Amino acid sequence: MSELKSGSNLEKVLKAGHFAFTGECGPPKGANVEHLTEKFQYLKGNVDAVNITDNQTAVVRMSSLAASKLMVDEGLEPNFQMVCRDRNRLAIMSDILGAHALGIRNMLCLSGDHQTFGNHPQAKNVHDIDSMQLIALVKKMRDEGKFMNDEDIDVPPKMFIGAACNPFADPYEYRVYRLANKLEAGADFIQTQCIFNMDKFRDFMKKVVDMGLHEKCYILAGVTPMKNAGMANFMSRFVPGMDIPDSLIKRLKSVDKRDQAEEGIRFALEQVEEFKEMEGVAGVHMMAIEWEHKVPEIAERAKVLPRPVV
Amino acid sequence: MRLSYPADIKVIQVPCTGRVDILHLLNAIEDGADGVYVAGCLEGECHYIEGNLKARRKVEYVKKTLTELGIEPERVEMYNLSSAQGARFAEIAIEVVDKIRELGPTPVKSTHAA
Amino acid sequence: MIVADRKSLQEILAMVKDNKKILIAGCKGCVTVCNVGGLKEVEILASSMKIARKKEGNDIDIDIHVLERQCDTEYVAGISDIVDDYDAVISLACGVGPQFLSEMYKDQTFYPGVNTTFFGGATQHGVWEERCAGCGTCAIHNFGGLCPVARCAKSLLNGPCGGSSNGVCEINKDTECIWDSIVRKKMDAGQLEDLIGVKGIKDWRTARDGGPRRSIREELVQGNI
Repeated sequence: MSELKSGSNLEKVLKAGHFAFTGECGPPKGANVEHLTEKFQYLKGNVDAVNITDNQTAVVRMSSLAASKLMVDEGLEPNFQMVCRDRNRLAIMSDILGAHALGIRNMLCLSGDHQTFGNHPQAKNVHDIDSMQLIALVKKMRDEGKFMNDEDIDVPPKMFIGAACNPFADPYEYRVYRLANKLEAGADFIQTQCIFNMDKFRDFMKKVVDMGLHEKCYILAGVTPMKNAGMANFMSRFVPGMDIPDSLIKRLKSVDKRDQAEEGIRFALEQVEEFKEMEGVAGVHMMAIEWEHKVPEIAERAKVLPRPVV
Repeated sequence: MRLSYPADIKVIQVPCTGRVDILHLLNAIEDGADGVYVAGCLEGECHYIEGNLKARRKVEYVKKTLTELGIEPERVEMYNLSSAQGARFAEIAIEVVDKIRELGPTPVKSTHAA
Repeated sequence: MIVADRKSLQEILAMVKDNKKILIAGCKGCVTVCNVGGLKEVEILASSMKIARKKEGNDIDIDIHVLERQCDTEYVAGISDIVDDYDAVISLACGVGPQFLSEMYKDQTFYPGVNTTFFGGATQHGVWEERCAGCGTCAIHNFGGLCPVARCAKSLLNGPCGGSSNGVCEINKDTECIWDSIVRKKMDAGQLEDLIGVKGIKDWRTARDGGPRRSIREELVQGNI
């Protein structure tokens, strides 16, 4: 068994062969630390690590780096998300060093939603490097101890490197190769876009397994419990890269409005059960969007508790 | 057919309304015309295939310009009729003159001494 | 070519609201080809402005002049004997024009009458699309002859991102996902291997990021630079 790359809890859990369960938390639109730490409490002990989103959907929020540090202080493990939209290579590298210095050991490397979606569409977008290059950069800094320019780093940052994968975006036939590129770039683990179209995801994972990609990284399947049919409709229509089958919307609509949330959770739990058995899937990334207080219940009912201590 | 139409209209003949330019329309307004309209062939029956369609787009452009300048866009119009429709020609002429009278004189007036 | 859009009449009128006599200077280069700053458009602007000012009861004298190009000093020099006759000059050339004019005629005021938008071409009559970002290091041959720097909303060199849907970019339904086209072209040609592996990080020094750029061809230079 080779030594750990970052020593993060998530890395240890995955390496020990446990079925990982990660959560997600969006920092506040303000400096409200109290509200944030309250959300942390719902996640504590119920997940292995928590993604801290980085100006998600290009809406300004508290910095993901600062929120990740607050999470470390509360005894939870953050998965620090970083988008290429808002930082050039200087800012990226200095934030990576800063993240390590603050005790952050997981990073998710993303391109970032385009700023036209957000609340400052007038912004200049940076995209000095892209997510693929960001993955390679974090790996270089960690494994070679060098900056992008090949200068030596004094105390290299140790990060467990994550990347995103959206099997539901087009062109579908290319998506598995793009995943392979991310692994070649240096991704240690993958978190997928929210999965709703299970048929398509099964097909995708078969391709992944056929190419042996699941042996080169840990793939966590993205799950988002729907709060109601309206949310499903909205995501289907307005969130880029979402594939929500009509059958799911119909299923949510088939029950009384008051019971739609429960139906959404039931669907999510069925998904988790299937992912536990699905070849190539190493865990679940539970994105309970603005529904953090439901995570304890979902984790309990998904039978993923208690979380392993490694 | 001895049809009469209002004497307020000055007819300018062109071989095809495709020859009518944005500038012709603008210059007419600039020089104090209360209104301008283009009478083209029926759509689909242009001898030059799409001269009348091009004219319509130019009329639309000038309408937009007038709107931007706070001038009633109705002062510029496009009509389609065939050369056999003499009665329709007279009818349109009356219609345009009535509408322009309703709008009143052009707000575009030179302050230069004549 | 360089593509531009004319500024609104209101914006242009506001620029010269205190002026009585102006010149509108067109350009026979790119802006003539993209129908925004050639003779026809200069005449249309002049007429529209005169209509507006007459309506206000504040007539304006407007002369027009279309330069061969506004991006060559020898042509810019062509208006030297008339340029001082005006209160102000509106240039309908791309952003280069009013600057060359301002640099040569320091006492005159030059206003841009157009917004310069991109390097592109006409995909059909009346429709222009961006093709080049002028990054200074062309590598389109690596992408099936299609430029992701100019045409991907995120300038991804390793696309397509997760927002690509049915060949359309996530930013809006009218924007093609150029990475979709690149990938399909490569796959159709059986050249998928060209898209395997990570495309290296770009050196942006040759782009605007490296500061204002200058191009020198010594065999053409006469005298000192």
